Amino acid sequence: MGKKQLMKGNEAIAEAAVQAGCKTYFGYPITPASEVIEYLSWRLSEAGGEFVQAESEVAAINMVQGSAACGVRTMTGTSSPGMSLKQEGISYIAANELPCVLINVQRGGPGLGGLGPAQGDYFQAVKGGGHGDYRTIVLAPSTVQEAADLVMEAFDLADLYCNPVMVLTDGILGQMMEVVQFKSGTQRELPVKDWAVKGSAEHADGQRRIVTSYYLDSEKFEKFVKHLGEKYAQIQKAEQRWEEYLTDDAEYLIVGFGTCGRIAKSTVQMARKEGIKLGVIRPISLWPFPVEAFAKDVKGYLTVELSLGQMIEDVKLAVGDTTPVEFYGRQGGMVPTPEELLEQVKEKFDLK
Amino acid sequence: MNKVFDKTKGLTDVKTHYCPGCTHGIIHRIIGEILEEKNLLGQTIGVTPVGCAGFAERYFNCDMVGAAHGRASAVATGVKRSLSDKVVFTYQGDGDLASIGTAEAIHSAARGELITVIFVNNAIYGMTGGQMAPTTLPEQKTSTSPHGRSIEKAGFPLDMPKILSQIEGAAYIASGSVDSPKSIIQAKKYIEKAFDTQLAGKGFSFVSLLSTCPTNWGLSPRDAINWLQENMIPYYTLGELKTWK
Amino acid sequence: METRMLFAGFGGQGLLFMGKVLAYTGMLLDKQVSWIPSYGPEMRGGTANCSVVISDEEIASPIVNRPDILVAMNQPSLDKFGQAVRSDGVIIVNSSIVKDVPVFSQCKVLQVSANDLAHDLGSVKIANMVILGTLLKETDIVKIEDVHSALAEIIPAGRQQILEMNKKAIQTGFELSV
Repeated sequence: MGKKQLMKGNEAIAEAAVQAGCKTYFGYPITPASEVIEYLSWRLSEAGGEFVQAESEVAAINMVQGSAACGVRTMTGTSSPGMSLKQEGISYIAANELPCVLINVQRGGPGLGGLGPAQGDYFQAVKGGGHGDYRTIVLAPSTVQEAADLVMEAFDLADLYCNPVMVLTDGILGQMMEVVQFKSGTQRELPVKDWAVKGSAEHADGQRRIVTSYYLDSEKFEKFVKHLGEKYAQIQKAEQRWEEYLTDDAEYLIVGFGTCGRIAKSTVQMARKEGIKLGVIRPISLWPFPVEAFAKDVKGYLTVELSLGQMIEDVKLAVGDTTPVEFYGRQGGMVPTPEELLEQVKEKFDLK
Repeated sequence: MNKVFDKTKGLTDVKTHYCPGCTHGIIHRIIGEILEEKNLLGQTIGVTPVGCAGFAERYFNCDMVGAAHGRASAVATGVKRSLSDKVVFTYQGDGDLASIGTAEAIHSAARGELITVIFVNNAIYGMTGGQMAPTTLPEQKTSTSPHGRSIEKAGFPLDMPKILSQIEGAAYIASGSVDSPKSIIQAKKYIEKAFDTQLAGKGFSFVSLLSTCPTNWGLSPRDAINWLQENMIPYYTLGELKTWK
Repeated sequence: METRMLFAGFGGQGLLFMGKVLAYTGMLLDKQVSWIPSYGPEMRGGTANCSVVISDEEIASPIVNRPDILVAMNQPSLDKFGQAVRSDGVIIVNSSIVKDVPVFSQCKVLQVSANDLAHDLGSVKIANMVILGTLLKETDIVKIEDVHSALAEIIPAGRQQILEMNKKAIQTGFELSV
């Protein structure tokens, strides 16, 4: 463990990438994610890496594809409107089965939207965003420490599954300073990247490498897509992550990721003082969604999001129709207070 | 018996999918020959476009990466920044580079990326069936300009080598053709110099080559060559537009 | 124990720095801390505020909507956030700028003419530190010596003069009887 540092979430994400051995970063400035690119503009070259401020978000993600094809750890970061532009490249990266890390410090949408925190990119992050049959692993931290840890984890998961991994935060988490300690690198055994291009003279087998995703033979292409499907099924089985807070005796559960998950904990503390047995499920992996967390015998769930309600669809799929799943959301950069959530719990579940 | 000619090792034995009379094959061959002659095949990474050359990774006998439409220069940037001691080139058509990927091409040049970009200009979108390209000549008929390219509605063709030669970060910009043995020999010299530019670390290098598309032009290969000579050569700026010593 | 604080005023009054000094001190004392600035275009010359939480336990919500301590460096900040302060909380007002201080029945209100005091010390820029001194005296979140240690780490070596000025301002605020 490194020494304690007081850092903004965005800076911690950037430093964690360096500590994880990220060698290249390609990005474009956007509020509220700019500290990521600012930090890496000096830090990465200091650490022996390469940094490019790209001409566009589109160019940045395609530079990531080129770099990932070389087998080096690579990352790009942005905020919501920028992530929309990157979708094409993400689809190609998923199709080429290349590892990379993507950061989305969410702000309000649709459109140019606002600069405040939001979670309206859940669908885009979790359900695809780009074209075609692919999945992105999505991790949602709620503290600066967890953001740093998950960025390091993201690089490992990307290498393990040869897949893009997104760390989905929001404006609050990006701008907030908390204490962070960087953990030492991976303990995991990761596959050798013998598929990477580096010039055919460098390959032990002397064979050239091709990284591409173009199929004109439908049978071959179907076989490839099915292979992707099997990989995704394996990820769904092995990589579900979530945090539970006072769920053991809980009768009602708030479900919230990122910032909402933290606010919900404050609500639980207040509710418990009033004798309401409330707990929290905070999904950490948004894809794969932590379905296993929802095998609970409770009277109801309240899904809380900084959107009109997106994750609630996955909560409902996980819960089934046995238990009511209610929703409360704020939008436009507004964030609910713990008191507000407690009111909602009481109202939705008739606890007044 | 003396063997006087052998196919370059710079290309694989895979049969190309290009139409009869298409000049992509010639350009592939001269690139392959240069990579072989300079002994670069083992240390080169090529980046393919989307378009007719979208399968070129099958033909060039070196490590290859496929890019999304127009993004080859960005992908090549990512490759070169990761493997700075390797030789990196892109092979792009006119729709790819001069339309959807103009920003990537211009900014790669502006950054002086140490990559070599080969730009094949046949004044039309080939793969998708002969639509108007940014390089389609005024009055030229295509499937999206059936009455001929209207300057009033569709504007003028982009002369990419001329544009790129204005950019400080570009070290070598040449514009040639492959319509005759003479022009092919000239084109090979340009491409060679472009790779030398990269190897010498001088900056961005770019070679534009006027090329034919008999299928979508609706002409025989011979007539297509004539059409190129009569219409494209007078229109586009040719020669070494920017070089170094 | 958990203390939730809100620092609010104009951009340029050193609110974010004041909050950072406290958060940094909390870190040195192995406490849990969080610091959230207002960000985006509102930073550019308009109002600025930051929320700081210092806690012995894990911080659940880092957002401060009901502060224990409010520092109001200008009138709009007091008007906007004054009522939100918890009962038994403290409001510290920069009375050099805030002229209209209504009665807050739920909490204590301390008025510090921070700009004037800072001006006398050599620069209005350290009005924030004068306020911080008063805050340290009126609450027991962290000790003044701990803040001095934090400042010595935050302010780059070689800017000794600035460090001393800040310390002096904190001392002035601390010794004030309000």
